[in-house]
Amino acid sequence: MADVVVGKDKCGEQRLVSLPLSRIRVIMKSSPEVSSINQEALVLTAKATELFVQYLASYSYRHGSGREKKALTYSDLANTAEESETFQFLADILPKKILASKYLKMLKEEKREEDDEEENDNDDQNDEDEAES
Amino acid sequence: MAERPEDLNLPNAVITRIIKEALPDGVNISKEARSAISRAASVFVLYATSCANNFAMKGKRKTLNASDVLSAMEEMEFQRFVTPLKEALEAYRREQKGKKEASEQKKKDRDKKTDSEEPDKSRDEDNDEDEERLEEEEQNEEEEVDN
Repeated sequence: MADVVVGKDKCGEQRLVSLPLSRIRVIMKSSPEVSSINQEALVLTAKATELFVQYLASYSYRHGSGREKKALTYSDLANTAEESETFQFLADILPKKILASKYLKMLKEEKREEDDEEENDNDDQNDEDEAES
Repeated sequence: MAERPEDLNLPNAVITRIIKEALPDGVNISKEARSAISRAASVFVLYATSCANNFAMKGKRKTLNASDVLSAMEEMEFQRFVTPLKEALEAYRREQKGKKEASEQKKKDRDKKTDSEEPDKSRDEDNDEDEERLEEEEQNEEEEVDN
């Protein structure tokens, strides 16, 4: 099986797909319920991933902080994951970063709130989620 | 089947190139950003595969096919990918057809040159070879599942 689907013209035009099919296939197969993958599905998934990378990069850049227009930073991506519904599935793997001191402060706040709410219904889940972002 | 962690990542060089193609010239991409996009791409593959697999199962099929992937894109709200993907699929099919015709032509030319005592038999074998190769790939995938 060819690793890279090549659509080379005599003029050396762009390949159909740049990402290595073998690697894409490994990732797809790691999904538990998948039995087999037809070659066309593999090629399309690889191509879709390339389109995705381009979309994520350009979207994050365009919506990123105005001052840093010369660079694409991690926080641009984290913002996209949090604010765009389309990219929300990335929120867990692209968490926003906060200073350690801020995080410790938040933990202390949480503890105080938990102590206060001992007798009431606990909304623990919500509090923990906030700390992670 | 155990996968090493690095197997689930996509090659940095290719990812970087794809990112650069999407951004204006001269824009820097931090190492962290590139690494994050690479991870996101792997997650995308998993998400798309899972989604496509649902469509395959709905159709009572065990093999993911092109239409499953296209349906998955719509489901995931990446409709904007559907048209370019369909174009890529057409191009891929044309390319495959071209390859098959080219290799069949080569074999026909070879047959004409060689003196074959059983010309009909060898011609049949040649036609089946391409199909066997494709089927072999499918079989390999199914065999892996049993492991």
